[in-house]
Amino acid sequence: MKVLVVVRQVPDSTTNIKIQAGGQDIERAGVKMVVNPFDEFAIEQAVQLKEKRKDVASVTALIVGPATAAEALRIALAVGADDGIHLQDEAFDRLDELQTAALIATVVRGGGYDLILIGKQEIDLDSGQLGPALAELLDIPHVGTTVKLEFAADGKSFVARRRIEGAEEVVQVSLPALVTADKGLCEMRYPSLPNLMKAKKKPVKVFKAADVAGFAAAVANLGGVKMHAFQPPPERPPGKMIPGEPEPAAKELARLLREEAKVI
Amino acid sequence: MTNDILVFAEQRNDKLHPAALQIVTPAKELAARTGGKVVACLIGGALNAAVEAIDKTGVGAIVTVSAPALANYSALRYRTALAAVIGKVQPRVVLLPATFMGRDLGPRVAAKVGAALATDVVALSINAEGTLDITRPVYNGKASCHVGFPKDRPAVASVRPNTFPAATGGGGATREALAYTPAPGDDRIDVKEVAKAGGEVKDVTEADIIVSGGRALKSEENFKIVYELAKELDAAVGASRAACDAGYQPHSRQVGLTGKTVTPRLYIACGISGAIQHLAGMRGSKVIVAINSDKEAPIFKLADYGIVGDLFKVLPAMTAEVRRLKG
Ligand SMILES: Cc1cc2nc3c(=O)[nH]c(=O)nc-3n(C[C@H](O)[C@H](O)[C@H](O)COP(=O)(O)OP(=O)(O)OC[C@H]3O[C@@H](n4cnc5c(N)ncnc54)[C@H](O)[C@@H]3O)c2cc1C
Ligand SMILES: Nc1ncnc2c1ncn2[C@@H]1O[C@H](COP(=O)(O)O)[C@@H](O)[C@H]1O
Repeated sequence: MKVLVVVRQVPDSTTNIKIQAGGQDIERAGVKMVVNPFDEFAIEQAVQLKEKRKDVASVTALIVGPATAAEALRIALAVGADDGIHLQDEAFDRLDELQTAALIATVVRGGGYDLILIGKQEIDLDSGQLGPALAELLDIPHVGTTVKLEFAADGKSFVARRRIEGAEEVVQVSLPALVTADKGLCEMRYPSLPNLMKAKKKPVKVFKAADVAGFAAAVANLGGVKMHAFQPPPERPPGKMIPGEPEPAAKELARLLREEAKVI
Repeated sequence: MTNDILVFAEQRNDKLHPAALQIVTPAKELAARTGGKVVACLIGGALNAAVEAIDKTGVGAIVTVSAPALANYSALRYRTALAAVIGKVQPRVVLLPATFMGRDLGPRVAAKVGAALATDVVALSINAEGTLDITRPVYNGKASCHVGFPKDRPAVASVRPNTFPAATGGGGATREALAYTPAPGDDRIDVKEVAKAGGEVKDVTEADIIVSGGRALKSEENFKIVYELAKELDAAVGASRAACDAGYQPHSRQVGLTGKTVTPRLYIACGISGAIQHLAGMRGSKVIVAINSDKEAPIFKLADYGIVGDLFKVLPAMTAEVRRLKG
């Protein structure tokens, strides 16, 4: 079984978001970039499969992004991926998520991957389009927002539990397939310093646009949304603090919620 | 493309998701601009009550795809069915609710039919060129942006639940049933079971009101006081990651960046400090209440109403008062 993990690099969740003058994007300078937390669950799941199952031949980590995205790839390699693919070209920066899926599909199609793991969404743009779209373009089934994965002994299918409103869907899927990871699937181990050093020696293939045959055609016929006019979130009016002892304060709160806010 | 707006009216077991009624509201506004009509699409097993319910929202036409194989959601079968409806209706815009189903299905269908897509949209309009322009939050709600769509292909948008009121007023929409013609390999996903999670209490993504507890609750046992207030308010119970990681509540109740994103009418945060990753999941709530013993807790910066005090005293008093008010 060949496993592919798709990784993205995103601003750290504590980043103070500043918007560029003109609102065309956020300020990128000085922003600390990390592995997308949902992709961490996917990386760990891939590595655990390799550790637990004899039939997992390799785990490949793939990232689309600028030169600095190599750092996220290195973390995946340090955690246990065997090799990496880095799709790095200015032309790729302008793609929207569906087009990025089309790019990745073009690169990995025919690569013999039986299982593709990816986070359920990226925490910066929160669009969550990449996984399902990539599965569609590769014509393989996918299970979204997965919290548990159990492989059949023969390694040809798995049962996944996927999170939905107030319930979990239990689905059986045959390989090849794609899984998007939600919290609960597994927590990524901390990559040790020696492993981070060793990861530098693992093979990483870099692809430019010119190296991806059929790239232009693949992205021409879908997606293409343009983000613009970034704004800070709407200001919330200052809140009302209710003073006093717990009991009268609680009473007053209930009254305000009923009479003023009219929400209960 | 026609000028029509297609609405994916999500249902399970012949019961519409509340968000299905809500997304008809912006769909009608868009249709008024394009000069088309709103077409609702329902995909599932037996479809009766759900069809009647969507007809009460004033949609112009209803297209159903009903088959035993569609009784449970399957990303493959539903994308085949929805793509067939899109092929037939040729809508300019397709709206789905940004629910677990809509967020899962939207990208798959968009990729299949060669559309463009925006997720978790909170405002929609048709611009001078006749194409969709939307607003959506990004960076966990720390900013928002506009998204413009290309002219020459359908626009698909998933709309954040509880952003629009449920549409009303209507009846007598034209009805059409399309057959489900399986695509090769549609059976590669087999739904074995839909298992209820988190007990009989409402899920945070389904509720109008959420009472959430944090690390301060200190035990699963103590969450009882959160459940008591939730019961009185007909609310769901949520939790911070610290509370879930400590085992006080299951992860299915976690609200936040790596938990669920919620946009209820009322969110009551009890003993939650208001870490940026928690805010990521609930800052879209309409009214926010914070109860915390530390007056410096960051949650108060976001709160519409706040009480600085011990939640073990405030919550039971609040439960009693709500019970009294409701008589
Ligand atoms: C990548 C990443 C993702 C994350 N995702 C999430 C997420 O999805 N959801 C999430 O919630 N967190 C998330 N976190 C964790 C987040 O940073 C915080 O650690 C967490 O939200 C803290 O939970 P808390 O507010 O319950 O606990 P604390 O921060 O410990 O706050 C407890 C609060 O309770 C108050 N308190 C204590 N006793 C009482 C009392 N008796 N009465 C009233 N108030 C009292 C205290 O004053 C304090 O403010 C994430 C972190 C990272 C790095
Ligand atoms: N009884 C309490 N009253 C007020 N704050 C508390 C209390 N117990 C704990 N805290 C605060 O709650 C947070 C987490 O507490 P703990 O889980 O006990 O480490 C910290 O911010 C503490 O200061």
